[in-house]
Amino acid sequence: MTDITNTPAAEHEAQLGDYFALLKPRVMQLVVFTALVGMLAAPHSVHPVVGFASILFVAIGAGASGALNMWWDADIDAVMRRTAKRPIPAGKVQPGEALAIGVALSGLSVMMLALSANLLAAGMLLFTILFYAVLYSMWLKRATPQNIVIGGAAGAFPPVIGWIIATGSFSVEAWLMFALIFMWTPPHFWALALFMRSDYDDANVPMLTVTHGRPATRRHIIAYTVLLAVLAVGTGFTAIGGYIYLTAAVILNALFLLGAYRIWQRDETDAEADNYLVERKFFRLSLYYLFLHFGAILIEATLRPYGLGGW
Amino acid sequence: MSIRAEHEIHSRRKGRNVGIGLMLAGFVVLVMMLTFVKITETDFTRAPGAANSVTGSEASN
Repeated sequence: MTDITNTPAAEHEAQLGDYFALLKPRVMQLVVFTALVGMLAAPHSVHPVVGFASILFVAIGAGASGALNMWWDADIDAVMRRTAKRPIPAGKVQPGEALAIGVALSGLSVMMLALSANLLAAGMLLFTILFYAVLYSMWLKRATPQNIVIGGAAGAFPPVIGWIIATGSFSVEAWLMFALIFMWTPPHFWALALFMRSDYDDANVPMLTVTHGRPATRRHIIAYTVLLAVLAVGTGFTAIGGYIYLTAAVILNALFLLGAYRIWQRDETDAEADNYLVERKFFRLSLYYLFLHFGAILIEATLRPYGLGGW
Repeated sequence: MSIRAEHEIHSRRKGRNVGIGLMLAGFVVLVMMLTFVKITETDFTRAPGAANSVTGSEASN
């Protein structure tokens, strides 16, 4: 028999797209956008080539941590409906390949960011990768219902890294952008956990919905949303804010608070009756919420040189 | 059954290899551009340690 089609190598040979999927492209989009806003909102300008390269290396670093997360979580990804089609559980990429790609790209991205931007930015990228891949994926995710709260910090670092790329130092504004994503992550994921009913139960991931029940999760969503609203509107009065940001923040937070209030007022019977319509709407709004807040910061920063943005 | 010179697996591999090749080429170009920008943007005429001495003289004024 000379036909080689049925050999395992031929069946499992990954395509470039499968490797790309390991890098969690959708998370990467958010990372690129928030890091870019952090960089452009900073008071120092960056050469376009240096800026482009640096953001690219941050994106590669984020992708690398995504690959490491998929390598570690392949067992639970296979159980959850939402993640069962990821490259490793789908059998397209071998776990060893994901690990190799994750480690290699982590090293490359940190090294290159040190060369293109500065050591502090590279150090923060390394810290973020380790935070997400080791602290969150390997430890907290399966250990505590606060997994999303602490793990959310990993997703919140990109604007800080962007700011450091431009300035070489930390500042209050950078940490405000960090806090915005940090406080946004729990209500965003808890709303998802409410309507992706059985996924986390099946995978034995201690989400708040599993450990403390759904009514407690609803209370947590409203509590975090109130704190988030105070923070988001308050940011409007700082150096990165302005009329445009403040207007956007007031409208978005009013809508977000309303959504969280509705979630809080419902019980499981109401939710099942309309197939979690309110929770789904809140989740969709949360995506626009973050994008528009950072978009408004970007607009303020873009207009500032013309004397229009900011206060 | 004969072995065909170009099996489907070869064309798939070719696609992957071309993709990786293009990415590597892009990386090389990016590093070249970065190097160019870094060299032209940095003031190499200043002597090593001059930046510190400037700060020092300003501080003493």
